[in-house]
Amino acid sequence: MNIRTFSIGGIHPEENKLTHEAVTQVAALPKQAIFPLSQHIGAPAKPVVQKGDKVKVGTMIAEAGGFVSAPIFSSVSGTVFKIDTAIDATGYRKPVIIINVEGDEWEETIDRSDKLETVEAHPELTPEEIVTRIKNAGVVGMGGACFPTFIKLTPPPTAKAECVIINAVECEPYITADFRLMMEHADEILVGLELLMKGAKVTTGYIGIETNKMPAIELLTQKCAEKFAGSPYTVEVVPLKQRYPQGGEKQLVDAVIHRQVPAPPAIPVNVGAIVQNVGTAFAVYEAVMKHKPLFERYTTVTGKRLKNPGNFLVRMGTPMQDLIEACGGMPEGDNKLLAGGPMMGKALTSTEVPICKGTNSVTIISDDEARRKEPQPCIRCAKCVGACPMGLEPYLLAKLSEVKNWERAEHEDIVSCIECGSCQFTCPAHRPLLDNIRQGKATVMGIIRSRAAKK
Amino acid sequence: MDFILIAVIVLGAIGLIAAIVLFAASKKFAVYEDPRIAQVSELLPGANCGGCGFPGCSGMADALVKGADAGSLDGLLCPVGGAETMGKVADLLGMAIANTEPMVAVVRCNGTCEHRPRIAEYAGLRTCAAMHACGAGETACGFGCLGCGDCEAACQFDAIKVNPETGIPEVDDDKCTSCGACVKACPRNIIELRKKGPKSRRVFVSCVNKDKGPVAMKACAVSCIGCGKCEKECKFGAITIENNLAYIDHQKCRLCRKCVSVCPKHAIVDVNFPVLDRKEAQA
Amino acid sequence: MGKLIVSLSPHAHGTDTVERNMYGVIIALMPALLVSFYFFGLGSVIVTATSVAACVFFEWAISKYILKQARNTVLDGSAVLTGLLLAFNLPSNLPIWIIIIGALFAIGVAKMTFGGLGNNLFNPALVGRAALLVAFPAQMTTWPKVGQLGSYLDAETGATPLSIMKEAIKSGDASVLDQLPSSLDLFLGNHPDGAGAMGEICAIALLIGLAYMLWKKIITWHIPVSIIATVFIFAGLLHLANPAYADPFSVILSGGLMLGAIFMATDYVTSPMTAKGQLIYGVAIGFLTVVIRNWGAYPEGMSFAILIMNAFTPLINNYVKPKRFGEVPAKS
Repeated sequence: MNIRTFSIGGIHPEENKLTHEAVTQVAALPKQAIFPLSQHIGAPAKPVVQKGDKVKVGTMIAEAGGFVSAPIFSSVSGTVFKIDTAIDATGYRKPVIIINVEGDEWEETIDRSDKLETVEAHPELTPEEIVTRIKNAGVVGMGGACFPTFIKLTPPPTAKAECVIINAVECEPYITADFRLMMEHADEILVGLELLMKGAKVTTGYIGIETNKMPAIELLTQKCAEKFAGSPYTVEVVPLKQRYPQGGEKQLVDAVIHRQVPAPPAIPVNVGAIVQNVGTAFAVYEAVMKHKPLFERYTTVTGKRLKNPGNFLVRMGTPMQDLIEACGGMPEGDNKLLAGGPMMGKALTSTEVPICKGTNSVTIISDDEARRKEPQPCIRCAKCVGACPMGLEPYLLAKLSEVKNWERAEHEDIVSCIECGSCQFTCPAHRPLLDNIRQGKATVMGIIRSRAAKK
Repeated sequence: MDFILIAVIVLGAIGLIAAIVLFAASKKFAVYEDPRIAQVSELLPGANCGGCGFPGCSGMADALVKGADAGSLDGLLCPVGGAETMGKVADLLGMAIANTEPMVAVVRCNGTCEHRPRIAEYAGLRTCAAMHACGAGETACGFGCLGCGDCEAACQFDAIKVNPETGIPEVDDDKCTSCGACVKACPRNIIELRKKGPKSRRVFVSCVNKDKGPVAMKACAVSCIGCGKCEKECKFGAITIENNLAYIDHQKCRLCRKCVSVCPKHAIVDVNFPVLDRKEAQA
Repeated sequence: MGKLIVSLSPHAHGTDTVERNMYGVIIALMPALLVSFYFFGLGSVIVTATSVAACVFFEWAISKYILKQARNTVLDGSAVLTGLLLAFNLPSNLPIWIIIIGALFAIGVAKMTFGGLGNNLFNPALVGRAALLVAFPAQMTTWPKVGQLGSYLDAETGATPLSIMKEAIKSGDASVLDQLPSSLDLFLGNHPDGAGAMGEICAIALLIGLAYMLWKKIITWHIPVSIIATVFIFAGLLHLANPAYADPFSVILSGGLMLGAIFMATDYVTSPMTAKGQLIYGVAIGFLTVVIRNWGAYPEGMSFAILIMNAFTPLINNYVKPKRFGEVPAKS
């Protein structure tokens, strides 16, 4: 088996895939569902319902707020309680739509059968039709970044797409949602991949999976061979070495097709690759074939001190508290509640934050692991330089950000930082490298934007 | 003895030649600088704080002379030297200057540890910028002061310090030069430059929370809930309510303090006044 | 329910700590330490103990009373390490008061004046050694012979391999080199009449330390390999041109080369931060070492070569950047 990997840096955190074998459970419906209007990159969605309106599962409750935006659909049936503000994953109060749940009535247009629909059986699906259905269903990147998928499938004229790469890497510790999705819905994912390839007008596809998910690699390799033999498509399942951040799109493109995406503003499609998370591929299948807009997703709820960690198929808008209760409740003592994994997740101040389009995991870190150790002075061991997957020098970027030397920071390519956290993870002196670099990166990007605006 | 004489003559000659060369060079390669720039520089405080917006006092002197030649010194103010220095400079340059009010930095948040309970513990890099990027902070108010002292670090005059008991920065009126460094440093725009007022007295709403009333109240005991009582009370039209938050325009405020007594949350603060009898407000 | 803790990502941390790295290097030095006790006996025990104790004391005192640091930096283990490395550079018959002066230079002048661990420009142990060499040249250039286990100040001194090599070059007579122990003996430390500094005698003990550090990922291979390879090649070329220059195996196995390449040049603070930079650093050190050994006044060039390149480290860090992701043009 030819195991590929990315070229520079990387670390190997503890796996902690506690829920690897846990078959996905369907989460119970909440009493009240909370829908933030900003669950994607781009303009927040605009509400199209008001207090007192009745909605069904799959009813649009907010329309796209601009070109780079996505509509939001209700995942529950009931009455709109109010349009208010609530704390979301950013840590701040943002506008939300709150719906009181009554029953579980779905929109009639949604096909709820288990029948596997294929692209061959639907010749009416032109690439444009596929992209339109994806757009209208509000599908966004499910790996956490939440970029509207339909935009990715229509690259700018300067870039030509050559292949679609499915990101099934799941390199973060703890998270197993994508793995369970692959084991339980492999056929649908492959149809989703075919739809993505057709929509992007390419014939080559790859599925990148880390070697700690051998059952998924074997299953998908076998099914790919069966499905795509004799078709115009070439699909390869690529086993990848277990290393963080293999799931970062730039690292994935490097490992799979050996091309390195240049520094921002370049994106993967500039080297011919369209990267989509495996959950997005599944959502694409459901959106195009089953007329089901995006309102539920696979989420892992996990933590070392959680009684029954598990994988859930959860309706968006469910407050995290409900899922935590289903897993045995919040552990005693002080904890860190993360939306996402331990490397790039967001720490939350409230358990009432709802599951959104990009919430792939709810991770609870307890005891000593929840607190940081006291930082010591930099010993110049250069381990951060060795760990950085983008070939940067984190010790230098952190220092420059601290002393606010923006000009030099820009010169040292601070905008290339993908904020993966490998540097801070490695630092023996426990220095808050990424905290400082993030600050510097935001300021330098602001300086670059204002410079471009002046021209 | 001979060689001592030779040494003296040789070194003396070298010194003389060097002096002549330097003198000639200083005359030949001299850059003409308007002598007024140096004179104005003398009058400026020499702190090079950048409060005027120019690179150091020499930059300011340059700008002042250019301004004088252009006909007006409007918009040029040295906050450290204040009106006194500007007056001397204007006299030197033969100009008149507009009378500018002394300003001072005001911290518009009263969410002390007593008033604003902690709901979370922040375990990251202790700067306001980092904590602001992480989320609302350690309390339920996403607009209030984070208390990590980015303002204190930015101040070059030792005029603003975070009080360790209350967790909120306090401004020393006498030291503050209204250079604006703390205003820029605060990621939540809590600090504002307002008129210093006669006898250093001023009235302001000590809250920037834009959440709805019930939410703001849960987060902090002295938050503004946007009820509008102060707006109704003010006879001078100085108070406006926008986004559930009251704001007092410091140019219009006449320091009558009726709003202070009327505010049900004690969110409006008056500084340096003799203590009022607050019986009516507490009832 | 307890409190919720928040911070920005990452929320996980590896197991590496500063202490682990410092104590890891100390463990890597243990084989060499035991070998030095075996060969130099009482003298070696006294010199090592004094050096370590003095370095620890000076760092503790300066950190507590002069710099007034909240957490005394002596706890991270780097003072003990400096003490050991300084001791390995010294002859085992050095009087205690001289060792203490060396420790004061190493810790006080070379490390703490710059601001403590992480800020020093030059390798502290080497600065200590260089200071002692200049201040006490006689005591610092007479080396006790091995095997005198019970003696300290009264140890009998003899010629080291390096002094034999220097002799050969000066006289232009290759037959002087016949006095050198064979390469295998140098490797195993098996020379009954040999003499040298405590850490220089036995190459294999030092190489075991190198293997340990590479396994524990405390250092990377770039610096030791580039130094040893450069010295080998350069010395080899010289030997081929003129047999009065010693053969490259003897050259790399004698003197402070192994100790310097493995433990001194790889010091975190004073070596470059990128792999490319480290290779440049290593090659330059190797080159300078051979030059100073052959044509300089002192028989040993390693310590000066490292100190010279320490001064170049900030320059190397400034101009030698790691390869950025995306610099490579896309292959089709």
